Amino acid sequence: MQNRFMELVEQSSMKASPPKFEIGDTVDVHVRILEGEKERIQIFNGVVIARSGTKTREMFVVRRIVQGEGVERKFPLHSPRIADIIVKRSGKVRRAKLYYLRGLSGKAVRLKERFPGGKATAAEATAAKAERRAKRSARKADRLAARDAAKLVAATPATTE
Amino acid sequence: MRVGLLGRKVGMTQIYEENGTAIPITVVECGPCTVLQVRTAERDGYHAIQLGFADKKRKSATQAERGHAKKVNAEPKRYVREIRQETPVDVTEGQTLTVEMFADIKRVDVIGTSKGRGFSGVLKRHGFKGLRATHGVKRMHRHPGSSGPSADPAHTRKGIKKPGQFGNTRVTSRNLKIVRVDLTNNLLLVKGAVPGPNGGYVTIQQTNKV
Repeated sequence: MQNRFMELVEQSSMKASPPKFEIGDTVDVHVRILEGEKERIQIFNGVVIARSGTKTREMFVVRRIVQGEGVERKFPLHSPRIADIIVKRSGKVRRAKLYYLRGLSGKAVRLKERFPGGKATAAEATAAKAERRAKRSARKADRLAARDAAKLVAATPATTE
Repeated sequence: MRVGLLGRKVGMTQIYEENGTAIPITVVECGPCTVLQVRTAERDGYHAIQLGFADKKRKSATQAERGHAKKVNAEPKRYVREIRQETPVDVTEGQTLTVEMFADIKRVDVIGTSKGRGFSGVLKRHGFKGLRATHGVKRMHRHPGSSGPSADPAHTRKGIKKPGQFGNTRVTSRNLKIVRVDLTNNLLLVKGAVPGPNGGYVTIQQTNKV
């Protein structure tokens, strides 16, 4: 049951703009660590293999290989201890949970890189982006020109009369 | 004055402290409550304030309920309970009490009606372990086992845990910590669980446990 009051309470302890990342992304998780009096940021780098829960209870699992041994850490997404999550690389995956990576080792663990817009290489992705941008600005220019023309048309009858 | 209010359980969730500790909390919609009556030692033999929470339709209230509420110019209430007081209190009949009362209170007791589970066996009701799954146990896996000695005393002792009605009784959760008081939405956030289903009525009062 989701209720207005619940929403209010949960909103209060959720991050206003939670960091965006997907399953299969290689991320740097910045974790605040208290060492005595001093606060320090520790970075945990790895592949996001699972996300679970909703609202304040949302968690995600990051897996990395340390000295040939698989290490997984589960973080609460909205915890104030998580300072930042930076996406280093996006992986091409077809599942929501990448638990199958646990059974793999060596080269098999690698995930194919995924670029925005479903392009095959980074260069293609940037080219596609530039193209889209150019198209958009062209459309905008067209629109502006059309508007000016319309204005002109609207203004002309007044002058002819 | 022993601070107490009536409310409704909204549900459970978790929030984070600044240092990242997650606290399990129950959200309780708490008040505003109307003081329907003030009980005094002279008239009633004890001190208490009678509170009412959540309006009831007039047509579904009894004539007595309507009359009782009318004395303080209020609508009939769905949930009416008394908060017992040690000494006379400076509360007047008809006054409205809000969650603000809990602003400087640390811990509370929450009274509610637990979820009814019907006629339940000993495993669910008393946490018995049951009998083994194999090794010759025949259709007795969830049985209580023995209920006492045999020839002497030749009867079952009183108070033996048995199957029966489980839940749907008055339950008090004691000494719950108040995490937050939300004055604008009349919400009280207490740490831990509170008896009853979401939407169930509860009485919240300052704890007498030290």
